[in-house]
Order: sequence, then C-alpha cells, then structure tokens
Amino acid sequence: MNIQRRDTLKAGGGIGVFGLLVAAGMIKPGAAIAARDQAMFSASSLDEAFQAMNAGTPTESGDVQIVGPDIAENGAVVPVGVTSSLANVEQIAIMIEKNPNMLAATFALPAGTLADVQTRVKMGQTSDVFAVVKADGKFFMAKKEIKVTLGGCGG
Amino acid sequence: MAGPMRIRAASADGVTEVRVLMSHPMETGQRRDSSGEPIPAHYITELTAKHGDKTVLTAYMGPSVSTNPYLAFKFQGGAAGDTVQVSWVDNKGESRTDEVQIR
Amino acid sequence: MRKKLLATVVGTAAVLAASSMTSAQELNFDEYRQMLRDGNPAELFEMEGEELWVTARGPKNATLEQCDLGLGPGVVEGAAAQMPRYFADTDKVQDLESRLMTCMETLQGIDSKEIIDGRFRQGERGKVAAIVAYVTGQSHGHKINVDLSDPKVKDMYDLGEKAFFYRTGAMDFSCASCHSQDGLRIRATGLPNITTPEGAAEGWGSWPAYRVSNSQFWTMQHRLWDCFRQQRTAEPIFGSDVTIALSVYMAGKGNGGEAVWPGVKR
Repeated sequence: MNIQRRDTLKAGGGIGVFGLLVAAGMIKPGAAIAARDQAMFSASSLDEAFQAMNAGTPTESGDVQIVGPDIAENGAVVPVGVTSSLANVEQIAIMIEKNPNMLAATFALPAGTLADVQTRVKMGQTSDVFAVVKADGKFFMAKKEIKVTLGGCGG
Repeated sequence: MAGPMRIRAASADGVTEVRVLMSHPMETGQRRDSSGEPIPAHYITELTAKHGDKTVLTAYMGPSVSTNPYLAFKFQGGAAGDTVQVSWVDNKGESRTDEVQIR
Repeated sequence: MRKKLLATVVGTAAVLAASSMTSAQELNFDEYRQMLRDGNPAELFEMEGEELWVTARGPKNATLEQCDLGLGPGVVEGAAAQMPRYFADTDKVQDLESRLMTCMETLQGIDSKEIIDGRFRQGERGKVAAIVAYVTGQSHGHKINVDLSDPKVKDMYDLGEKAFFYRTGAMDFSCASCHSQDGLRIRATGLPNITTPEGAAEGWGSWPAYRVSNSQFWTMQHRLWDCFRQQRTAEPIFGSDVTIALSVYMAGKGNGGEAVWPGVKR
C-alpha cells in the first residue's frame, strides 16, 4: 500500500462506502469510466500527472482547444473550458502547471457526450494551463498561459 | 448540509447543454483560519450526471476546482421534459443529488 | 510553504499586478467577467432567496408573498429597478433591504432589531441578503428607474449627494475621494466615477454581487458598509438613512442604465 492510497482511505474517514470501495480498487463504476485516481490528483509535476494517466508525453495538437481568458481578475475563480474536434474523445484532464494541486479535474466522457466541457479553477499565480485529451486511446494536449492578478481590498 | 444545486439543461438541434452550479466550500486543506489552525480539506471528489438511466458525464475533481463549482457540458440526444440528474460526493463522504427537466 | 499558499499568493499577486501589468490594456478583464456572468454563483443565493420568499416563517408563520415592494403586494418582477422609493405606509424612502425588514416585521413578525444589530451573512440579515438576490434577479436587464420627481425621494437624493462628498475620519476621506474621477483604480480594480450617469449606473447596477475573492454574496448595504470601513471612519447602521440617501444618489444618478443584478465581482 503506497502513501497516496493510504491517504485516500484516511480521507474516506469511515463514511462513504462507495468512495472506500473505489479507493480500495474493489469496484469500478462503469466499464469505460476509470475510478478517481488519487495518484493523478497527487501529481506535483506535469510528468507525474502524465505518468499517472498512462499518457506518455501527449502530442500537442491543434485539435484541442483551451477556452479561457488571457488574464483573470482573480485567481480564485478562473473559467477554463476544453473542446476538441477529435473523434472518440473518452477523457479530458485540466492541469494548472504551477498549482500545488496541479490536476484540477478529469472528465470521463461516454459515447454521445461531446468533447466540450467547462469549469472554473483556482490559480495560485500566472501559469500555463494544460488540457489533455484521450481520443481513440491516444493522448493529445494543448496549453495556454493565463495571467492572474489579485489586487485591491475593495470590489 | 450543502444547499441545492442550480442545474439548467436545454436542448437544441439534438444536443442538450447542461450547466451546473454547486454549493460547496472546496477547501484545499492548505489554508489556515484566523487563529492559525489549518482548515481541513473539504472538496467534491466525484460528480455523475445522468440522462434518464444513462450516465452522460463523470467528473473527478481535486481541490483546485473553485469554491461553489461550475460545470457545463453537452451530450447528444435529450428532449424537453426528460430528466437530467446530477450527483456529487465529497472527500468527507457527504453527497447531494438534484435533478431538473430539460427545457 | 504549501500551507501558506493563499496568503502568499495574495501578496505576490498584488506585487505582480503593480510591477508587470500596469497598462489599462493589459488589465482588460472584459473577457474574464463575461465568462463569469454565465453561471454566476449568485444564482445559488437567488434560489435560497426564492425559497425564503415562499416559506412561512417567523412568529406569525407567514410567507413574504404579500410583501409590497412598491408595485403592489407580491409583485417582484421589476420592483428592485424602481427602488429606493417612497412608501406611504412607513412614510419613508426605503431601499430594498429596509423594505424587506418592514415586510418581515409586519408579515412574519421578525424583529428588525435582530437584523439591524446582526452581522452580515449571518442569521436573519443573511436571509435578507438571499432574498435581495432573488428580488434583484427579477429586475435583471431592467432599466434603473428611480422616481426623483417624488419630493421625498429628491430630498434623499440631495442628502445622498452631500454624504457622498462629505470628508470624514482619520484619513479625511469621502466617497468622492475614490469615485469622482474617471480611470482610477485600487491596484487592478477599476473604480467607477459615481458622479457621472455611466459610472453611477455601473456601480448601482452591478451590486448586489457574488464576490469571487471570498465566495460571498454582498448586498449594496454590505458594499456601502465596507466602503466606510475602508475609509477608516464610523461604519453606518444597517438600513440607516445615510445608506439609503447614498443609494438614492447612486440610483438616481444612474437612472436609465441597465441593472445586471445580481452581479459578479472579483
């Protein structure tokens, strides 16, 4: 049992049987859908995250787009979306390179769900944001720098 | 207990767009309160969206997702009146399920 | 180091903002703000407020559905866009929050003192804020339309204008110190020029708002209170005449502008 796995169990804290079973690898929700992989979410570098995803080094692709502002007024809430024109997209991940919790979210897309997701993330500072897309079993990525400023005490 | 989600689902040209706002602190576990005590991590780890019985999205989140998370996605199919159900579970085992009819 | 993340981030980001991104062009947040408007987390507060509006509460176990916001009992749509306004039953010019206190007291039996003496975002005052989110949301897209032809409203406008320029406190500050010129900023945050119709409409028309910096929903009463706090001067009593006068001044000056309630702010 590695440290990350132990943390997962501890975080479960005796509640959420489903979460415990997933953490213990005892159940997998859905055939095409991987359970939340704590190793991925514990990654502190891009390489670690790619490795945890079994993504190798994803190919930069113009068929993956990051939808987000060039500059965010507040790093607490930064809109980030990912779209792709690639066929058979089954997984999308959003990574903030300079965040301590680098992997923000991953999405498992069953057939029929479009490669077009949006969320909002925290950014500790100006950083490259990476979108990794798994399509037809291969990994592709895009990156975009988002500048972050947090200023003032008013509003 | 967490408040209800704001879910909107609209269908046009054979595609349903779902937008969800969740009420959740999404604490990273890296902040301290005013007395210097660490604020424990508390964040949604997993979200599932269903159209009828069919899962249309599973999202896994870390604490880098913003407080009161927002999520938008699209799936093929879905008609006005169909039900879209969204459920989340967090790292403390708390959970919430809400649903809305596609308009 | 990780543990201090947020505190450190706030410090460095402010410095970054000052050192490396100073031109107005580089500080263009229009795209960012537009993205936040769709799916504004204030909607979570609107939902809570709508629920509170129709829930029987208080010693009288009544809902707010008969509350008269100026357009007749129970009429919510468009009501906030015409406030503050004069109400004959109280013989007062009231903003939305003070009017809600009246309704909560008369219909539900909830003592206004609890709200006036309370704390922002807590207890009954917190509930007032959620109801404000709901009611203002029902004026989203409406034109600000405060009736300055009403002499009692006009009196409050004049008082509000005086209060706006009144310098006070250890810093000798007035509202006008920050809000009477074009193009001023506090660090990266633009400060609307409230003395112009455009600036007044921008300020009045975008509060109440969800603030992403602290994930809180702030009403105009909260916004005004914090302006005074930042001036390092005496903080106004919740719902007091000076807060309503300042509101009438801003709203009246901004008449004709669009209300984008509830807003979303950095």
